[in-house]
Amino acid sequence: MTAASGRDLRLDLFRGLALWLIFLDHIPSNVVSWITIRNYGFSDATEIFVFISGYTAAFVYGATMQERGFVVASARILRRAWQVYVAHIFLFTIYMAEIAYVSASFENPLYAEEMGVFEFLRQPDVTLVQALLLKFKPANMDVLPLYIALLAVFPPYVWLVLRAPTVALFVTVAVYALAWEFGLNLPAYPSGHWVFNPFAWQLLFCFGAWCALGGMERIGGFIRSPWLVALAVVYLVVSFAIVLTWYVPPWTRFVPKALAEWMYPIDKTNLDVLRVAHFFALAVLAVRFVPADWPALKSRWLQPAVICGQHSLEIFCLGVFLAFAAHFAMAEISDGIPMQVIVSLLGVVVMIAAAALMSWYKQIEGRHAGSRAQPSAGPAGSSP
Amino acid sequence: MTRAVLALVGLLLFAATARAEPDAACQVPEGLVQADFPMPRVAEAIAAKTLEIAVIGSASSALAGPGGAGKAYPGRLEAELGAELPGVTVRVSTFAKPRQSAAEMQAVIPEILATKKPALVVWQSGTADAIRGVDPEDFRFALEEGVEALHKGGADVVLMNMQFSPRTESMIALNAYADAMRFVALQQSVNLFDRFSVMKHWNEAGVFDLTVATKKMDMAERVHACFAKLLARLIVDSVALTRQEQKAND
Repeated sequence: MTAASGRDLRLDLFRGLALWLIFLDHIPSNVVSWITIRNYGFSDATEIFVFISGYTAAFVYGATMQERGFVVASARILRRAWQVYVAHIFLFTIYMAEIAYVSASFENPLYAEEMGVFEFLRQPDVTLVQALLLKFKPANMDVLPLYIALLAVFPPYVWLVLRAPTVALFVTVAVYALAWEFGLNLPAYPSGHWVFNPFAWQLLFCFGAWCALGGMERIGGFIRSPWLVALAVVYLVVSFAIVLTWYVPPWTRFVPKALAEWMYPIDKTNLDVLRVAHFFALAVLAVRFVPADWPALKSRWLQPAVICGQHSLEIFCLGVFLAFAAHFAMAEISDGIPMQVIVSLLGVVVMIAAAALMSWYKQIEGRHAGSRAQPSAGPAGSSP
Repeated sequence: MTRAVLALVGLLLFAATARAEPDAACQVPEGLVQADFPMPRVAEAIAAKTLEIAVIGSASSALAGPGGAGKAYPGRLEAELGAELPGVTVRVSTFAKPRQSAAEMQAVIPEILATKKPALVVWQSGTADAIRGVDPEDFRFALEEGVEALHKGGADVVLMNMQFSPRTESMIALNAYADAMRFVALQQSVNLFDRFSVMKHWNEAGVFDLTVATKKMDMAERVHACFAKLLARLIVDSVALTRQEQKAND
């Protein structure tokens, strides 16, 4: 997927779009989230985000590892994991503030049961420690812990992909299969397991890494073949038809019972095969119909999405915060459709403005936003 | 000031319409509450003139305060069905404990079957499991095994999913649990009372303002009265569906 000159802007574009969609999906009861891809097929923006994150991380740190060795690359990867960890704890603090406010201000006898979600405020000693251990994770705050876990074990994987890519691919698929076979997952607090099972979701992250470090050249011909493209289209249409029945209950009866029993539930926690396949189908079409040298990628119309994708960690965190804020505003002021549209648009505008500001900072510091393509510019400050 | 006046006028109008047509206030779009599967055991019980119903659930199957038992949906359901089914003795008993997970509810099923011998069990679940972070898969297994045990014990089942709660919506991740309930309902051929979608519709249509903070019971009572009405309709419809299918088979 790499263009000759280094950075593939398609990755930034799609990651930027994924960040917007994740933001929209995180605002509950939001009419604008009808445009997001989870309503039209099995997978959602999370798959895109995780795959591209793996791809870009390998692209940056793979180059570092080849030039400066395993130790330096590992140190940089682990520093990145630490940055993501700090960002996660920062978001958690904001979440605590919001939830504490609601618990103090909201009361309704109809919701005696739902008020139970505030119980953990009564024992902050336990809750905060569990949050620091990444075991207690509030709703919508599961992606960053996944990212941290994946980065923490990334150095040996990059090493392996550079030496024996086929073995590396085999390892990632094997871990995924073992996770399904034996139900491997990390524990969570107060009970249960991680919402994004890292043993399953590593499949997309590592596959992204594999593609970045030469895999794309190996499968490029295969994924552009007309048969595969046709198959992808068929799969996307079928999954669209099935998803439609979730929203129109009377149509449920058109899904054959045997198919329904085989297919459901489509497990997001363990990254169901149907979800992976849906993501691959989307990726095949993206590779086929959006060429790497597509002039529009440099046009000003796509710039907003591209720059958001270039500052993905910051914009992701901002998006989580903005989704909290949007829900808060909806609950406090109005939850009507005009308000839903306003907070959605406003949120995306704020994300773009923040990304533009960060690009500008990089510029005045003498580096371009996409500078990580040249390892000599130092990937330390850029955002894999 | 104008907002307050508007709100007051709206409230008065709403109160007026609500009093004029109590049924209209509970209205939901076509297909939102529908009998997908027959309930032969309920049909038999009605034919035998005694319908014993048990409600298993957590805090959202009850209302606090004096008279709460009569005003929560299980108590109302007894009255509604009694009126719908003249000549049939309808008894509804409630087994609702706060914070109960589906697995804990599953554990009391044998006892309920033995003591009450219900023809129908309304199983309300989901929120407690979501708050406690129970594995959605474990949640699903508990429901599956519970529904199987109930069928073996001679009871039909209606699954009732969680409440729609706009103020806590971004804090409790319900999706996986709602999906699991929909899946179990389909797989075990039992009816699902989609309380979440119903309440969401009411909030959007302005039937109830579910974001309002209050200590008063009146809205909660009216919401529960509507649950009971819709639930009664679902039960009556599925009995009608049972008779249709029996006729078609004869």
